[in-house]
Amino acid sequence: MDSVVLIKFVPDLVEDLEIDPQSGLLDRSFLRLMPNELDDHALEEALLLKERYGGTVTVITVDTGDVDEALYTAVAKGADRVVKVTGEGFDQGVTDRELASIFHEVLRGMPCELILTGTQAVDDLDGFVGAMLAERMGLPYVGYVTKVESQDGTVIVRKEYPGGLTAEIEVATPAVLGIQAAEKPPRYVVTSKVMEAMKSGSIDEVEAPDVSVEDGVTVSRMSVPETGARAEMIKGSVQDVAAALARLLRDRGVIA
Amino acid sequence: MSTASSYEFLDKVIKATPDGAYIRKCLQCGTCSGICPYGFAMDHPPRSLIAALRADDWHGVLESDTIWLCVSCFACASVCPVRIPLTRGLLATLKTEMLVGGSIPQELQTALGNSRRYGNALGESPRKRADWTKDCPVPVPVLANHKEPVDVLWFVGDYGSYHPRVQLVSRAMARVLHALGVSFGILGPEENSDGDTQAFAGEWGLFELLARKNIKAMTKYAFDEIITTDPHAYNAMKHEYPRLGFDRPVRHHTQFLLDRIESLKGLFRNPLPMRVTYHDPCYLGRANENNIYEEPRQLLQAIPGVELVEMSHNRALSICCGGGGGGMWLDGFSWEKAHARTTEWRVKEAIAAGAQVLAVACSYETPRFEDAVKSTGNEGKLVVKDVVELLAEAMFE
Repeated sequence: MDSVVLIKFVPDLVEDLEIDPQSGLLDRSFLRLMPNELDDHALEEALLLKERYGGTVTVITVDTGDVDEALYTAVAKGADRVVKVTGEGFDQGVTDRELASIFHEVLRGMPCELILTGTQAVDDLDGFVGAMLAERMGLPYVGYVTKVESQDGTVIVRKEYPGGLTAEIEVATPAVLGIQAAEKPPRYVVTSKVMEAMKSGSIDEVEAPDVSVEDGVTVSRMSVPETGARAEMIKGSVQDVAAALARLLRDRGVIA
Repeated sequence: MSTASSYEFLDKVIKATPDGAYIRKCLQCGTCSGICPYGFAMDHPPRSLIAALRADDWHGVLESDTIWLCVSCFACASVCPVRIPLTRGLLATLKTEMLVGGSIPQELQTALGNSRRYGNALGESPRKRADWTKDCPVPVPVLANHKEPVDVLWFVGDYGSYHPRVQLVSRAMARVLHALGVSFGILGPEENSDGDTQAFAGEWGLFELLARKNIKAMTKYAFDEIITTDPHAYNAMKHEYPRLGFDRPVRHHTQFLLDRIESLKGLFRNPLPMRVTYHDPCYLGRANENNIYEEPRQLLQAIPGVELVEMSHNRALSICCGGGGGGMWLDGFSWEKAHARTTEWRVKEAIAAGAQVLAVACSYETPRFEDAVKSTGNEGKLVVKDVVELLAEAMFE
């Protein structure tokens, strides 16, 4: 089972996010980026599939900055090939539509049975990339996938629905899958193996293909959520608390 | 990279430490397993582990995950009659094997991942490492912004920098250093985890990564000696950093402060009329025979009003707080496997000794023992304080 994993880098929330007053967008100058968590799950699922059925794992990411260490970590975990797509202005972020088009072009020369990516990324929560890519490639897409099994030239995927429902869906390959969670938590790989991968220097760099994409969506303003008034803690004896509560409810017209 | 047989693994164990070959002399006496705080819950406490390896039951060894109960407390190594370096050799090497094989409890994985990405096990922003100094009543110079050379480089450590309870210890330490007129500075954002506990959890590659970052930062500045409030940093810098080419004098804060005992005595304002017992941290005492047992006790006894009492397990027989060797990040796993907390045994011993205060000297211990005071229902009966917090209480307000 040859699979390709698409990874997007998102802001690491350990650092505070700030809005650039000039552009009204996220200030990217001090951002530290990390692989989107669900993309990391997509990588884990691909590695599990490789262990179970053989084949290869290729990881592709768009170089928005800070990507090398995560790519070497993927090699240390068992990825056969890691590809970094470089291009002008990528450090300012790449939109979903651009990502889907770039991945589409890069994937032209890479036949595979499955394309796995996180079902959505924490930076925009849009969840568009997998579906748009599948549309562009003319392939089936299933999102919110938590398990993948190979069966007679097709794959059976488990998809999560709201309300605790799950479905098993048969999907013809090649296909694009949006991973919600791998079957096991993403593995840890010891530092010495990551260092070995770094020494071997095995990242393939690919220049981004020319894609011109009409986004149709413009972010006009970003803001930090405004906090409402804080809760008032009513203190005192049971009688005092009950009286204060009754007064509050009366003042707000809840009771007469 | 993965090991195929017991004999191949034993070769690795033998090469891991200078006296590694002593493992061949194991008498199977079982003293190690008897003293091990979690031996009762392990599939293979040290004696049985060696027996399994000799019988080439490598598969059986790898099948069990109870090696993760090992808190690298050096109790086994300290009582071995043939002096096998069990903790640093056999047990830490088996943990490495488990890590390479991908058998690692999730909570430990998180701490190791945090250490690699952020340079601290707590997963906090490296940029905020010196933020605790903002609420400190005295200035704490960060060396990158401090133009002058200092006498003392204070290595604060992960928990002293980020953990809200241990930050109180750091602030007390800063006040005491300031009152003594010590010229000191910290690395702040340039400091990384000392790597000791990651190493004893088997992640030696991560240890090296962290140690090299610290060495690179420390090499930039002029100072006479390093002091540290964390016995793990002390142990790592004294015994492991020299292997990486960094060999500067390092002392634990209790050693450094005892040297200034006469000045401290002149600064005591408030008698502390209380019965205090002292918990010996493994990495000041047994580990690598650091043998720092008397310095903290002498400091406590110098405080007017303090009556020092001993718990039944003291000095080399002290029972680990459960934080070493990765245990700090395995509380859930340890409880699930053993249904016991060594901190609770210790708190009960302190109460039995008649102590009102449990004095500690390790960055892991204030939060761990405070939790145990609560979980044993002894809240209000026993207070947990670092030695330097007690010194500060006697000196200020």
